[in-house]
Amino acid sequence: MTPVEAHTEGNGAAPAAAGAPMLELRSIDVNYGRVRALRGVSLTVNEGEIVALIGSNGAGKTTTLRTISGLNRPSRGEVRLRGVPIHQLGAERIARMGVAHAPEGRRLFPRMTVRENLEMGAYARTDRAGVRESFERVFTLFPRLKERTSQLAGSLSGGEQQMVAIGRAYMSNPQILLLDEPSLGLAPILVDTIFEVIREINARGGTILLIEQNALLALKTASRGYVLETGNIALSGPAQDLLTSPDVQRAYLGM
Amino acid sequence: MRNPLLRHATVCVALAVVLVLLTYVFDAFTDYKIAGVAIFFIAAAGLTVLTGVNGQLSLGHGALMAIGAYTTSLLLKEQPQLPMILPLLAAIVSTGVAGAVIGVAAARLRGPYLAGATLALAVGLPQVAVHYGSVFGGNQGLPVPVPTPPSALGGDFPNERWLAWIAIAAALITLFLLANLVSGATGARLRAVADDEAAASLAGINVARIQVLAFVVSAACAGLAGSLFAYWVGLTAPSGFGLSVSLQLLSAIVIGGLGSLSGAVLGSFLVVMAPFTISDLAGNLNLSSDVANNLPLALYGVVLIVTMLAFPRGIQGALFSLWRLAKRNLRRPQAPTVSTTA
Repeated sequence: MTPVEAHTEGNGAAPAAAGAPMLELRSIDVNYGRVRALRGVSLTVNEGEIVALIGSNGAGKTTTLRTISGLNRPSRGEVRLRGVPIHQLGAERIARMGVAHAPEGRRLFPRMTVRENLEMGAYARTDRAGVRESFERVFTLFPRLKERTSQLAGSLSGGEQQMVAIGRAYMSNPQILLLDEPSLGLAPILVDTIFEVIREINARGGTILLIEQNALLALKTASRGYVLETGNIALSGPAQDLLTSPDVQRAYLGM
Repeated sequence: MRNPLLRHATVCVALAVVLVLLTYVFDAFTDYKIAGVAIFFIAAAGLTVLTGVNGQLSLGHGALMAIGAYTTSLLLKEQPQLPMILPLLAAIVSTGVAGAVIGVAAARLRGPYLAGATLALAVGLPQVAVHYGSVFGGNQGLPVPVPTPPSALGGDFPNERWLAWIAIAAALITLFLLANLVSGATGARLRAVADDEAAASLAGINVARIQVLAFVVSAACAGLAGSLFAYWVGLTAPSGFGLSVSLQLLSAIVIGGLGSLSGAVLGSFLVVMAPFTISDLAGNLNLSSDVANNLPLALYGVVLIVTMLAFPRGIQGALFSLWRLAKRNLRRPQAPTVSTTA
C-alpha cells in the first residue's frame, strides 16, 4: 500500500492533516451464499481524511460499507475502529460506537418528517445540547432542509433526500462517516452542493469513507483512494496518483 | 396543548365522563354493546401498535385473547371470589409472557412467514383447549360469573352498566398508555423499524428488541381484552376465539385507519356495532328465515368492502383529509394579504 503523502487538491482546499488509523479492514472476505463478494479486502482510513473507494457496478463497494457498519458479516478478516475489533458486533452497536452510514438508496424513514429523520440520526445520543448544536450545523450545511423540517421525507426530491441521508448520518456526531454513492441520480448542480458539504465536513475534522461511481469527482475530493475490482483491491494510493494512473484513466475516467 | 401527556389525559378523562353519562341514557342492552366495543377496542389498539405502527402482521391475536380469557376462567374456577382486578392483571401478565415468546420467534420472521406463523397460532391454540378438555372444559368451555356492581351503587344498578364502566375504564387506560407510548421516543423507534429495518439499525436501534417489545405490549392488550371478553360473554370456549376474531381485529384497524389509535376506536365501533344494527334491520323486514339468518353476514361484508373502497386510508384518514380541506378553505380569504406582505 502506498504511504499517505501530504499534497494539495486540485480545487485548492487542503484536506485536514491525516492522523492515526480510524478504520482498518484486514483481509476481509464476504460471501453471499456461494458467491464471494469480497476477497482479502484491506484498507485504512486515517483520522481526518477523505478516502474514496471507486469501482464499477458489482465490484463490492456497497458490500464493503455494509460490512463495516455490521449489516453484512465477514467470513474472514477483521474490521477495527480505532484499533477495536467491531466485525462481530451488531449494526446498532457499531452505530453507537460512532460509525455513521448513509446507505445506498438513502433509506430514509418515509413516514417521518425531515426533523424526525434527523432526530433518528441522533437517537443514540444523550447530550441534548450537542444534539441541538448538530441540528444547527446540519441546517447550516443544508439550508434547504431548514425550510422543509416538517415535510414528510418521502415527499422530498432526490437531492433533498440525499441531504437528509447525509444530515441524518452526521447527526450522530460520528467518528467516521460512510457515504454510499451520494451523487447517484442527482442533477449536476446538486452533486456540486453535496460534494461541497462533504469537503466542509472534512474541513471541520470529519473522517469520511466515500463510495462513488463518479471516480473523477471522488478522487478530486479525496486525499487517498482504493480501486475495487470484482471483490479485490486492485490499486490504491494518493488520489492524485490514481487520477494520473493510465489504468484508472482508461477504466474509470473514460480517457 | 403542547404537552402530549396532558393532552392524552384530558382526552381520556373527557371521554370517560361522556361515556359514563351515556350509559345512564341508554338501556341495558346498549350498555352491553358499548362494553363490547370497548373490549374489542383494547385488542384492536394493541394490534394497531404491532401491525399499524411497528409493521408486524399478526393473524393470531384471537389466540392471544384466548390465553387471557382462559387465564381468567381457570383462576375463577379455583377462586370464584377473587376481586375482578386480579384475574384481569393475571391475564395481562400471562399473555404478555406468551407475547414475549412469540415475539422472539416473530423477530426472525418477515412478511408472509410471520403471517403464516401467527395464523397457525390462531388455528392451533383453540384446539389445545379441546384436546385437554379436563383442564380447559373442552368445547363446552368454562363458565365465568357475571361481575356484580358494588352495593354502594344501589340495589337496582344494572349489571350491564357496571360491566360497561369496567370495560370503558380499561379501554381508556389502554388508550392513554398506548397514546403516550406511540407519540414518544419508543413510538419513533417502532415506526423507524417498520419503515426500514436496516436504516433503523444504522441509527443505533436494536431492531429485534423493538419488535419483541411491540409483541409484548400488543399481547398484553389482547390478554386484557380476552379476560374482559370472558366476563362479557360469561363463558370461555374455543369457539369464541376462532380465526374470525383475529380477522375482525385486523379489519377493524384497517377500516379505521392503519397505525392510528383513533382509527382503532372508529374501526372497533363499526366492526362490533354493524352486525347488531344489521341484525335488527333484517329482523324488522319479515324475511324468510334462510334469508334473515344470512343477510346480516352478507351486508356486513358489503359494509366493510364499501368502506375500504370509499376510504382507502381508513375512516380516520378520510376524516383527517376532510379536516385539512376545511382548514384550507377557511384560510383562503387571508392568503393574498400574506403574499403581499411577504
